[in-house]
Amino acid sequence: MPPAIFEAVPDLLDKRLLFVTGKGGVGKSTIAIALGLLAARRGLRTIVAELASQERVQGLFSEAEREQFRELELAPRLFTISIDPQQAMEEYLRVKAGTVGQALASSRLFQAFAMATPGMRELLSIGKVWELAQLNRRTRGAAPYDLVIVDAPATGHGVGLLRTPRTFADIARVGPIAHQGRTIADTIADRDFTGVIAVATPEEMPINETLTLADELAKDGLPLDLVIVNALYPARFEAAEIAELASALSRTRSALARSALRAALSEHTRAATQREQRDRLRGRVNGRLVELPYLFAEHLGLPQLRQLADSLEAAL
Amino acid sequence: MNVAEMLEGKRVCVCAGSGGVGKTTTSAAVALGMAAAGAKVAVVTIDPAKRLANALGLEQLENEPRRVEAERLATGDLEINGELWAMMLDPKRTFDELIDRIAPDPARAREIKDNRVYRELSTAVSGSQELTAIAKLYELDQEHRFDLLVLDTPPSRNALEFLDAPGRLNAFLEGRALKAFMRPTGLGIRALGRGALPLLGGLRRITGIDLISDLSVFFQLLGDMTNDFSERAAQVAQLLRAPSTAFVLVTSAAREPIDEAIWFGQRLQDEGLPFAGVVVNRVHHDLLGDREPREVRQSLARVLAPRLASRVAENFRDYHVLARRDSHNLARLTGQLDERRLLLVPQLDDDVHDVEGLLRIYRYLFGSQAERDRLIEDLVA
Repeated sequence: MPPAIFEAVPDLLDKRLLFVTGKGGVGKSTIAIALGLLAARRGLRTIVAELASQERVQGLFSEAEREQFRELELAPRLFTISIDPQQAMEEYLRVKAGTVGQALASSRLFQAFAMATPGMRELLSIGKVWELAQLNRRTRGAAPYDLVIVDAPATGHGVGLLRTPRTFADIARVGPIAHQGRTIADTIADRDFTGVIAVATPEEMPINETLTLADELAKDGLPLDLVIVNALYPARFEAAEIAELASALSRTRSALARSALRAALSEHTRAATQREQRDRLRGRVNGRLVELPYLFAEHLGLPQLRQLADSLEAAL
Repeated sequence: MNVAEMLEGKRVCVCAGSGGVGKTTTSAAVALGMAAAGAKVAVVTIDPAKRLANALGLEQLENEPRRVEAERLATGDLEINGELWAMMLDPKRTFDELIDRIAPDPARAREIKDNRVYRELSTAVSGSQELTAIAKLYELDQEHRFDLLVLDTPPSRNALEFLDAPGRLNAFLEGRALKAFMRPTGLGIRALGRGALPLLGGLRRITGIDLISDLSVFFQLLGDMTNDFSERAAQVAQLLRAPSTAFVLVTSAAREPIDEAIWFGQRLQDEGLPFAGVVVNRVHHDLLGDREPREVRQSLARVLAPRLASRVAENFRDYHVLARRDSHNLARLTGQLDERRLLLVPQLDDDVHDVEGLLRIYRYLFGSQAERDRLIEDLVA
């Protein structure tokens, strides 16, 4: 019998491919890793894939580990990879087209053309993501993963990324690209296999983007599996206490006391705005919504990531 | 230096930075301030927050700057001596207009716009926003209708995308690489040497013949227009490099945005692009140095009950963690640039979504050094 802990998250971590997306600056990479830590803790061999030139996931760990396109083990059972479209193309050509592929891969002209073709970078990146999620991996000697978490690009580009395979399949109609595009598109459309998680901070623009994302994905028949409201300030004070703080501010001349009171009033205002925004999101999103606390830390390192993994575990 | 000094004699201001750092708000505040000082300014933005767009009267995508009525700006004590204009960029429409402009005749323009490859290309998020934003900027600059254009760069996660994406798309439109593959007997393929024919076969095998022929049709349609794309790309590059252009980097004080600002600044320097300054938003200023929570509680003892005082002290301790983080990141940034070109906007109590909010930011961007110092001191006591 499986341990009860698995039943606590019946669907999300049972999928094999999770896309984490959201507006820039909302903490996608951090959350992708925290989810990865949670999955690895539960015994899943997990990889967090970031897409080209973001270089953030691994940045959370060590500068020296920022080597691209290698699967690195960060914690027991938790790996990361930074997917570079050009390297993905070379790998694809080597495996799929043998010596001709080799020749193409080494042709500067061909590379320049392929990299310039709109959508090609996205297709190659998502192709590699798909490859990572296969039980029989194309990459020789590579072990399969139980879960692939994609630290996806910002919202608008994220939707573009998810649509790219279908688009290419439609444009190319027949031939290997069409076939490959269709295979990947079907994988993305498979709700048992693929999940999409939106991350937002409780502010106007990130919430708007999340709502737009939800609408856009719904058009493609991809409902959001989970919405994470990240960096929510604590609710430290009741409304009645705020009046007390304001009154105290008018009665003291101590610079320290005044600074502390101002900081409290200021954070309370922001916290209240955040809650309004969160409620606006909650009212519109039918799926599950999880809140993560603002972390008051100078640097988000492993201890903070573990803390987020704990919060996710509790919330899921 | 304040923004007015940084933009002295400039005709174009590009506000660049990673996502979620307040680029749109900063662009609007920069434009507002320059308009107040007497210039006729247009701010070109991509996706402003709805409330801010409404506040500026930007209800729909029009793709042409529209003047922000004086009544909308008549809040607070700022007098607008010039004119503020604003527009929301519609990338697809800008792309279509570009084709209309360079196509030899309307029939050809229509054919191109109906072409499948073109339709994908002009709506693909990646690259098309960046390319059209620059195209629009160039076009407005050519018209000489404004003293200053302020461009809010497209929201992408990576700030450098703004510099890289248009080049990639242009390289494609110029189509040199593809044309070489297309003409098996042409000069291009000969230049490739003996390996070329199998390469072409390989390309077909991998991409599918339909894709190749679609692309081929597309480039036939473009014909000589590809030269126009190259020419325009060169002119745009020149505009970005011009001494009358200024790049203002926008960032928050958190670690990753600061990293990106540093990289971006480095790129500007490497490519000889004109750097004007950095605006750092949402700074948590160190109010009174590190204090023990006990000390804070004691200072509050006469005015607050102990339990409430201890929560205020806790809040203050957390605030200081962020202040320490910010000052550490700012130190890394100032290590890379002239400190006088750094403007700090503190963490405000609320999101900016109206002209009043812009005015609050305005003071941190356009005040004299002494005024800015005083504003920050006021935060303390």
